[in-house]
Amino acid sequence: MDRYSNPTPGADFGAAPASRSAVVAICAAYGNDPHRMLDILRDIQDSFRWISPETMEIVADETGLSRIQVEGVASFYSFLSQVPKGRITIRFCDDIIDRFAGLADIVAIFEDALGIKTGETSADGAFSLEYTPCIGLCDQAPAAMINDVVVTSLTADRARDIAAALKAGQMPQDIAVAGFDDLSPHERATRMVANNIRQAGEVLLGPVSPEAGLENAIALAPAAIIDAVEASGLRGCGGAGFTTGRKWRFAAADPVARRFVFCNADEGEPGTFKDRVLLTERPHLMVEGMTIAARAVGAREGLIYLRGEYVYLREHLEQVLADRRARGLLGKDILGVEGFDFDLRIQIGAGAYICGEEGALISSCEGLPGEPKTRPPFPVNRGYLGFPTVVNNVETFCHVARIMDRGADWFFDMGSDGSHGTKLFSVSGDCRSPGVYELPYGLSLQELLERVGGEDAGAVQVGGPSGTMVDRANFHRRLTFDDLATGGAIIVFSAQRNILEIVEYYMSFFVHESCGYCTPCRVGNVFLQKAIAKFRKGLANPEDIDYLRDLSATIIETSRCGLGMTSPNPILTTLENFPMVYSALVKPSRDRIRATFDVQAAIDDARKLAKRRSYIFDKDFTK
Amino acid sequence: MSELEKARIATVSLAGCFGCHMAILDIDERLIELMKLVEFDRSPLTDMKTFTRRCDIGIIEGGCCNEENVHVLRDFRRNCDVLIALGQCAIMGGLPAMRNAIMHSDAPLRECLEEAYITGDYIRNTTHQIPNDPALPLLLDEVYPCSDVVEIDYQIPGCAPSGDIIFNTLSSLLAGRFHGFARENIKFD
Amino acid sequence: MSDPDFTFTIDGTTIPAKPGQTIMEAADAAGVYIPRLCDHEGLRHQGGCRVCTVKAGGRSVAACTQPAAPKLVVENETDHINKLRRDLVEMLFHEGNHLCPICEASGNCELQAMAYRLDMTGPTKFPYLEPCRAVDASHPDIALDTNRCISCSRCIRASQDVDHKGVFGYVGRGIHRRVAVNGSDLAHTDADITDHAISADVCPVGCIIRKGVGFATPIGEREFDHGLIGSDIEGKRRE
Repeated sequence: MDRYSNPTPGADFGAAPASRSAVVAICAAYGNDPHRMLDILRDIQDSFRWISPETMEIVADETGLSRIQVEGVASFYSFLSQVPKGRITIRFCDDIIDRFAGLADIVAIFEDALGIKTGETSADGAFSLEYTPCIGLCDQAPAAMINDVVVTSLTADRARDIAAALKAGQMPQDIAVAGFDDLSPHERATRMVANNIRQAGEVLLGPVSPEAGLENAIALAPAAIIDAVEASGLRGCGGAGFTTGRKWRFAAADPVARRFVFCNADEGEPGTFKDRVLLTERPHLMVEGMTIAARAVGAREGLIYLRGEYVYLREHLEQVLADRRARGLLGKDILGVEGFDFDLRIQIGAGAYICGEEGALISSCEGLPGEPKTRPPFPVNRGYLGFPTVVNNVETFCHVARIMDRGADWFFDMGSDGSHGTKLFSVSGDCRSPGVYELPYGLSLQELLERVGGEDAGAVQVGGPSGTMVDRANFHRRLTFDDLATGGAIIVFSAQRNILEIVEYYMSFFVHESCGYCTPCRVGNVFLQKAIAKFRKGLANPEDIDYLRDLSATIIETSRCGLGMTSPNPILTTLENFPMVYSALVKPSRDRIRATFDVQAAIDDARKLAKRRSYIFDKDFTK
Repeated sequence: MSELEKARIATVSLAGCFGCHMAILDIDERLIELMKLVEFDRSPLTDMKTFTRRCDIGIIEGGCCNEENVHVLRDFRRNCDVLIALGQCAIMGGLPAMRNAIMHSDAPLRECLEEAYITGDYIRNTTHQIPNDPALPLLLDEVYPCSDVVEIDYQIPGCAPSGDIIFNTLSSLLAGRFHGFARENIKFD
Repeated sequence: MSDPDFTFTIDGTTIPAKPGQTIMEAADAAGVYIPRLCDHEGLRHQGGCRVCTVKAGGRSVAACTQPAAPKLVVENETDHINKLRRDLVEMLFHEGNHLCPICEASGNCELQAMAYRLDMTGPTKFPYLEPCRAVDASHPDIALDTNRCISCSRCIRASQDVDHKGVFGYVGRGIHRRVAVNGSDLAHTDADITDHAISADVCPVGCIIRKGVGFATPIGEREFDHGLIGSDIEGKRRE
């Protein structure tokens, strides 16, 4: 069922037991603060390659929690392990785009060279191979993480070279980038990962005037900043599309001791990678936008939640923050304005898509498993540690800085009704020019496909798996909040691709990423995945089409958060737009006997065990 | 009422314990009332091994754990207008389906048989062999609910179902006015 | 100054409520039963099982966590809502190994009783997931069979908030998420048979087993052999 599960505990693979003093020191580095549990456990994982039961006891003692609470966190995140991992862990990006780009061959080369299967750790503790869902590099698939760096556009030759270099003891960073040590963090990031900016628009990827927005903002009263952002028509760019100004207004409403501004850089929707490019090329703009938000709502503290897959950008971002502190753009009395204090830290995730949901993101920052919070109260009223918290996407904050620079009207006049400004699209899959495109809202899908060299597409997944799978007859639909809403993912599939293979992959993704808190999402998605598997094997009854719709409706209506409310979309939108794909595969009963029950398969094990044939179902039994 | 107008009922016990058939007898004195309306065809209760003619109702106890169960169930589907799954085993596999969930190895069926006949703590099997007479039907890889193999029209819950729910369901079906069970009659044990 | 009391309606019945009350709290007080599994008197609300889903002002929400609001129109016992609930209860049946005939909780089991109340007797298309987790029988008085767990977290909350022990917690994520204990096994925790978390009340199913007391009550005299689940709350209204 699950390609990503950890192997069962067994050999220690030569991993050193974590010494008590080392663990105590790690906890102490975070002030023994249980809210920093994710950082503590990440550091322990990095240092000792696993989080053993004994280690969890020590962490529990130091942070004042119980062992089971620590274990709850350690077992929630994919990048934390309760069995020893290799000194080098290679995580293959298992996205459908990577699969279509030849992932299986790349994996085979590594397995062959390192002598282990994916999911295993070598006996000497040198290597672990794993699959991981989309790592935000679909425009340069197949890709993989090697410890904290990434390698992209893998070919068979490159894979062989990497495996050989690793076996020869070369460090991952030197394999990913030649001359790693002599490069700046920004250079390291851009040499490891191509930006693939295919179209720079007026707002984000074109020329920007540094700090112009912040300078304008400090001249305004906080309420006037919120007014301007609201007047610009800016809506959240992460996918949900909530009006940014309204969110801020709620957060600023009540008198409270503390407020927070969080940037959601947990870009996990498969096929989405535009924030990766902003984090690389526009980090100052993003932090500028956060600083403006802090000014507007009265927050002094902030945080960037960077997905664990983007850990290769950490030092780049740290440098940006350090630089801004040095220039008086973060910290006390920003730009000399007395009392305007704002600073922030980076929280690295550890492999959990659900942490892109704002409540789950906050839980994760509080050192808890990444479970969404009960709403109401909403994060803008009671978020991080119970205080009002604004959580916005990377792109949203970048837009804010530009809006404050160029004015609300300038932004409002771009795009279309209800969808103002520009949008970054992450384009990948079967097209000539995958990459990032900044375009005004309102383009038709057809127009976008022409720009990216994807005119021959058979299907396009707009908004990632939680969005819509669009067929050719609907390419005229427009990319706006009111028609085809998207956080930016545009995944192009040629007419040769198997729709149900894509759907099955997306359902397995949601099964892997469901937090498990609520029944419909935890269980219902597994049922959907199994039902799609039945279709693919030709074992579905005609009624199973209604069953898919019916079960999907229950999951959507009863789920606790956005994950379950959208996870059936790959099925529902393909049922709608590609109905023949399903109906062609079903097998009606004959004389009310199910044609989908395969008795030959069911007795095969027994036939082999008993070393005889069936006197009922083998016609040649008497021979 | 002449014999010819009586509804014909066939019954069979597949992978079950025969408890559901015993439960049919729990209808008690109402059996006399029921027998005015129906006649039993193929059934362990009549000891008839084959259908004498097409039946109105087929009652299935037990799920499918071996190839013969599949064969018989299909035969019932071909020969009956309405099929009723009687009791938890027929509905969802029941206790025999526990074997679906206690498999730890890559060869679950072998593991199951070895545990049952050779390695189990309480086994006294002097032959140290898994029975393999050619007359024994081959086991299925899993125990299947009846509805996986054929289309089932009605299912009566219980382990075993009470005489009340069996009688009420049969008599309302025969009268052509079955509209679900009385809530107090619904039991899974 | 606190906000004044107000009323709202559930299926047309007027329900009095105080500010801060959830829909379910107000409904309980008024003798209107909203089916639930993870919610339990005296424990924090969870909103995890979703069986208490109601339509409030046209939106589907969990009644146990959703605040009541003046003039709110709530739908509870509609065919549509009960169908959703039946699906959810059936999901829980199929997620674990729920073999009522051999389970000592049978007759006292809230999951089973909820299935009776919601008429879960139709044919199913849901597959059985058939988990295969080891039973923890290490403790002299208590056993734990998580194959029957429905992830209600009632034991976790009871142990944490009432017993102040924290014997139980979740580990894992998604479909692999399960209840585990604060130690290598139950015997290595400070769980005690007198804990509220271990009492017959808290575990709605047969996951937490008190050794030596199973099957003592004859069939016919168990909690749900007569009287539907929720009839105690509904009884308040008739009085």
